This record gives sequence, structure tokens and C-alpha cells, in this order.
Amino acid sequence: MLSQIIAVTGVNIRSIPARLGSSTVAVVGIAGVVLVFVAVLSIAEGVNATMKASGDPNLVLIMRAGSDTEMTSGLGGDAVRVIQDAPGIARDSSGSLTSPELFVVVDHPLKRSGSPANVPLRGVTPEAFKVHDHLKIVDGRNIEFGKKEIVAGRAAARQFVGLNVGTELKWGENTWTLVGIFEDGGSVSESELWCDVKVLQPAYRRGNSYQSVYARLASPDSFQQLKDALTSNPQLTVSAMRAPDYYGSQTQTLQMIIRTIGMVIGVLMGVGAVFGAVITMYTAVASRTREIATLRALGFGSIPVVLSVLVEAVLLSVVGGLFGGVIAWAAFDGYETATMNFQSFSQIAFAFAVTPALLAQALGYSIIMGLLGGFFPAWRAARLPVVTALREL
Amino acid sequence: MKFLPIVWRNLMRRKFRTFFTVGAIFFAFLLFGVLMAIRAAFSMGVDMAGQGRLMVIDKVSIINPLPASYEGRIRQIEGVTDTTHANWFGGYYQDVRNQFATFATDPESWLRIYSKEFELPEDQKKAFFADRTGAIVGLDTAKKYGFKVGQRVPIQGTIYRRPDGGPWEFTIDGIYDSKIKGADKTNLIFNYQFLRETIPERSGFRDRYNWYVFTIDNPDRAPEIAAKIDAMFANSPSETKTNTEKAFVSDWAKQVGDIGKIMMWIVAMAMFTILLVSGNTMAQAIRERTNELAVLKTLGFGDARILSMVLLESFVIALVGGGLGLALSYTFITLTGDPTHGLLPAFYFPTPSLIAGVVLVAALGIASGFLPAWQASRLRIVDALRRN
Repeated sequence: MLSQIIAVTGVNIRSIPARLGSSTVAVVGIAGVVLVFVAVLSIAEGVNATMKASGDPNLVLIMRAGSDTEMTSGLGGDAVRVIQDAPGIARDSSGSLTSPELFVVVDHPLKRSGSPANVPLRGVTPEAFKVHDHLKIVDGRNIEFGKKEIVAGRAAARQFVGLNVGTELKWGENTWTLVGIFEDGGSVSESELWCDVKVLQPAYRRGNSYQSVYARLASPDSFQQLKDALTSNPQLTVSAMRAPDYYGSQTQTLQMIIRTIGMVIGVLMGVGAVFGAVITMYTAVASRTREIATLRALGFGSIPVVLSVLVEAVLLSVVGGLFGGVIAWAAFDGYETATMNFQSFSQIAFAFAVTPALLAQALGYSIIMGLLGGFFPAWRAARLPVVTALREL
Repeated sequence: MKFLPIVWRNLMRRKFRTFFTVGAIFFAFLLFGVLMAIRAAFSMGVDMAGQGRLMVIDKVSIINPLPASYEGRIRQIEGVTDTTHANWFGGYYQDVRNQFATFATDPESWLRIYSKEFELPEDQKKAFFADRTGAIVGLDTAKKYGFKVGQRVPIQGTIYRRPDGGPWEFTIDGIYDSKIKGADKTNLIFNYQFLRETIPERSGFRDRYNWYVFTIDNPDRAPEIAAKIDAMFANSPSETKTNTEKAFVSDWAKQVGDIGKIMMWIVAMAMFTILLVSGNTMAQAIRERTNELAVLKTLGFGDARILSMVLLESFVIALVGGGLGLALSYTFITLTGDPTHGLLPAFYFPTPSLIAGVVLVAALGIASGFLPAWQASRLRIVDALRRN
């Protein structure tokens, strides 16, 4: 039995070059599907990776209760002072490690289209650079507090026009000087511009108000203590979230759009490709009907024949899947772009991420397509009455 | 037409193959339909934006509201026929996940300017104008949450807050619909005066609007009028940016960016692949019958007749598969609408795309049948008969 299987399969595989045309079509078909599958999901993976990079579990974000994003939150200066004194926050010689921040957006042209888009502009205090401790200036220098100076995230600098060290940016009545570029481990802040909050507040008529307070926890366990202290304080109506939870929720909408579309496209295309694989394998089997009948007349059982067709189909789809995966990886992995984050109403930059897990998933998918595509023709090949089949042209 | 039975017989002789070929084409065109709807959705309804409507926002950012006093000054400009204004409210119903576009506006002027986009019965309109705490809501949102006319609904704001922190109670005075294909029927609009009461004077945000919309007498004058308005407010604390609504929507869509474009490309490629596979099979089905075609020629069938018979066969396959695919995707997209439930309201099948789909179906039928048919019709009978 086993030797039969090996023999028939060997014959099949060795005869692929003779049917190069239809085999290529099958491979290309599967490769196309896998390429699309990987490409669409790598967008979601990329956004996800950016959000993960932003989620330092020891960082807590405090906003007005009921706000789902910094954009719509608001905290007065008094509330901020109360928050800064709350227990559970890490402290150093100069006080608690908290960073009150003001988050606005400005209209600035995108490089890729030349059309204006919302760049997030974040006003911070000097403490921000202690709280966001992964952040480092990679070009130029940090802002001098009290001056109209800006540092730009690496990703923002790549997506928007003219964000180079030394350029002047005029927004409304204010002219800012860009003095440096920063990196923050690939996090979402790299899509932003940062400046002194005390300069930003009057420019946006925000008085002494902020939108959020970032706080570094004294220890990973002190989150509950901080949260309880804040929510039970009658002076405050705020909510506290760990940074990973916040950033996870921030791109929910975006991820849902991408994944819904990805699923719809993936399923439709997958079924289409299975149909494509079926007809390809069917043609391959049909053109060898006599050959198969001869084998069966010689005494080969139907199981080896079925298996040989299946093996061929799977082999072709694996080749297709590998091609598609490699092309997707070469073409899209690391491709940087930006899109609208619907929740914060502003641009978020990310890179497509073709992860090994994604590739494995795609390969599995292509094998399933091959199996499904090969099954019907194989079944047919095995069930053909030998006499009829021998007579077929 | 006389030869339809023979074409039918040919198709049925390998039922299995015919079925799967039709199936592959069917899925390719189903995909095509979905793809076109996604494209329409990502362009955010730019095709629907009014040419004769212009918008004014703060030059620095739309989040900076413009003073209410601007409205009168815009209205005085020659060529401006009507104005309205809106504030982005960011409302949600019960849970923050149930968000839909909510604006505070001036009801009468808004419904004058957007009479086609917001259609509702006269009595509902009247009730809305007379009710300071009233709101009108789009058909899609009303259906989703079961809002009825006359019902009081609590809507929580993400940007504006009531002093007590509670939700705003609106009376649904009307439910709007629109005959425009792909129109956004998810919005809730209400009277700005109701919002105004809750904005403290000292905040500096009272009597300020996020954007103005105005209509002009002649769309060709849009650039000139826009320039005039921007010049009027230049060097003030709130400088403006004026442009056509279409330009704003298009810029907004571009912010979403490459993603739509990339999806278009990759899916177009996938469709091409499926069509390649099925086209190849269809051609193969004819190629393997070359000697039969030769027999027909021996019997006196002319080249043209053979060509048309073969073309008819491939046409039938393309038409059945593609036609069903387009029809199903059209019905599906029209019936279910936005699959993300409110995030891509402009999810619809645009008519030009439908025409493009039909052309594609025809092209597939011709392309896959023509080459083998042409080869067959040119064959010398003797050679063809000898072929096996």
C-alpha cells in the first residue's frame, strides 16, 4: 500500500513539468490569495505592534471620567494638583512622577498626498521626560521650556511635510521652531509633536487646563491603590487606566475596520481560490484520466490514487503559499504609513508587520485550500470505472 | 439562437467543471462588488459632497471653534446665499461604544442647506423647529437603537459636559431619510441653543462653532469667494480656511490614506488571479474539443458560426457566474449596508462600478473564448481532425 502510494505520487509529481501551464496557474492563484491575506492582516498587526510598544504597564493615564480618549477629556489645573498628590505614584527628589498633558491637533500637510491632516500636538511639562522614560532625542536637542519650540516624533517627521530640525512652523498666530526629533521605542507618541504645555495653553485658549495626567506607578501593584484614591476623592471625577489598556482601546475602531474588511475579503477570496484550485486540479486529473485508469488496471488501489492527487494539490498550494508569503513579506513588511485614528481624530503612523505567526497562518490557509481543491478531483479520479476511463480520450 | 441547445449540451458534458468555473467567476465578482463598496466607503462619500457648498473652519485646526459673529460677516459677502453652522458633539447612547455622528446646529438653516441629505416630513420638521430640546436622527441609527418619533433619549457627550455630568435628554422629533445613494443616515442633530446653556461663559467656548457651511449662487465662483472670506479674517485670533465641501471630504478621506488604496490593489490582483484560473479552464475546455469543431466544419458550419458558437459558450459561463456574483453582492451590500455598524456609513455599490462590473463580465466572456475559437476557426479541417 505504502509503496503504491509513493510510486503513484512520485509519478504525479514528476509529471508536473509536463503540465506546467495549469500547475503554474494553480500556484499563482494560491499565491495571490495568500499575498492579499497576509497584506491585509499585516496592517492590523502593524497597528497592534505600535499600540503594544506604547503600553508600558507601569504607566497610568488619568482622564476625566467618561472620556474614551485624551482628545475629549479635560482636567482643570486644580484637579491636576490633587491627582499629583495621590498615593501609589512614584516620586523622586523633585516630587511625584506625573506628567499633565494637553493634546490638540493641528492642520499640517501629509507628505504622501500633500493634503492637510491632523497632526497631534502634545503640550508637556519637564516631568514628561521622566515619566515617559523610553523617550530619547535622536536628532537635534530637546525643547527649552518657555519657548515656542517643538520636538517631533520620528514617525511624524517621516509622514508630514517639512518636519526637519531647524524649520519654522507657522500655525495661526504662532510660529514654532522644530529643534529635535525623538524616538520612543516605536510607540504611538512617535506620531506626535511635543512642546511646552505652558506655551500651548494660551495658543489654544485653554487657560490652565489639561486633558490628561500620565503617572508612573511606585510599584506595579500600586495601580489599585491609586485608582481607588482617585475615584473615591470627591474633588475629582476622573478615571484611571493602565497605559496598555488605554492604547488597546484607542485603536479598537481602526482595528475593527481592518479586521472586518480583512475577514470578508479573506473568506470570499479563499472560497474563490478553492474553486480555482478545484478546476485546476480537475483539469490536471482529466488530462490524465487514461493514465490513472491504466494504473488502476495494473492493480493500483483507489486510495493511493486519491492520495497522490491530494499530495500534488497540497504541494502546489504550499509552493503558492510560500511564494505569496515571501512576496508579501518583501513588499510590505516594514512599509511605513499613517492613517486616521478614528478615536483620537488624528494621524497615527505605523509600519506593516508581516510576522512569522501571520506567515504560518497563511501557509496553513493555503494547505487547507489545496486539500479542499484537490479532494473532489481526487475522488472523481478514484471512482471512474476503469473501462470507461480507458476509452476516454 | 438556434444553436443554444448544442452550446448547452457542451456546457453540460462536464457538469463538474462548468459548475466550478461558474463558481470561481461568481466569487470573483462577489469580491468585486464588496471591493467597490469598500472603496466608496473609504472615499467617505466624496462623490456626494455638494459642489455648491463651501465650508469654513479654523485655519490651525478644526478643534478650535470660530466666533459666532463670523456668520453675519460671511452672509454679507456677495454671492453667498445661505449659511449654517455646526458643533461636533461626539454623542453616544448608553455605552461609549455606541457612538454616532452628533452635531449641534441651527435646525432651520441646516435643513434648508441639506434638504436632500436630510429629508423628513413637514410636520416632523415643524416639531423640531419648535422644540428647543428636540433632535432628529437618521433612519439607520433609529433602526439600530429602536428610536421612535416622540421618544426621549439620553445622549451622553464626549466633548461637552452638563454641569451635573449626566446625559442630555433629547426628544426625537423626526427621523430623516435620504434618496441619495450611500447617504449617511446615522447622524443625530439638535439645536445649538440647548447645548449653549451648558457652556460656561468664562470657558471662552460659548457662541463658537466648529464649522460654517454656506451655499453660493454660482459654483464657479467658489475659489474667489473662499479667498475673500479667508482674507477678511486674516490676522485675527481666529484665521479661517475656506474650501468646497468636496475638498474637505476629500482631504478627510486622504487622512485615512493609503489603506484603502493598498486594499484596492491587492484585491484587484486577487480577482485577476481567480479570473485567470477560470479563464484558462474555459479556454482549455474548448481547446480539447478542437477535433469536434473540425467535424462541425466538415458538416458545413462556417468559420463565423463556429466562432460565435464558441464565444456564446464562454459568454454563458461568464454571464451566469459574473451576473450572479454582481447581483448577489449588490443585494447584499444594499440590504446590510455598512458591515462595521456605523463606522463606514458610505458603504454602498456605486452605479459606475456596477457598469464597470458588467463590462468586465463581458470582457471575460470574450477574452476566454476568443483565442481558442479563433484558433479553431483558422484550423485546416484535416489537421484538426487528426489532432487528438
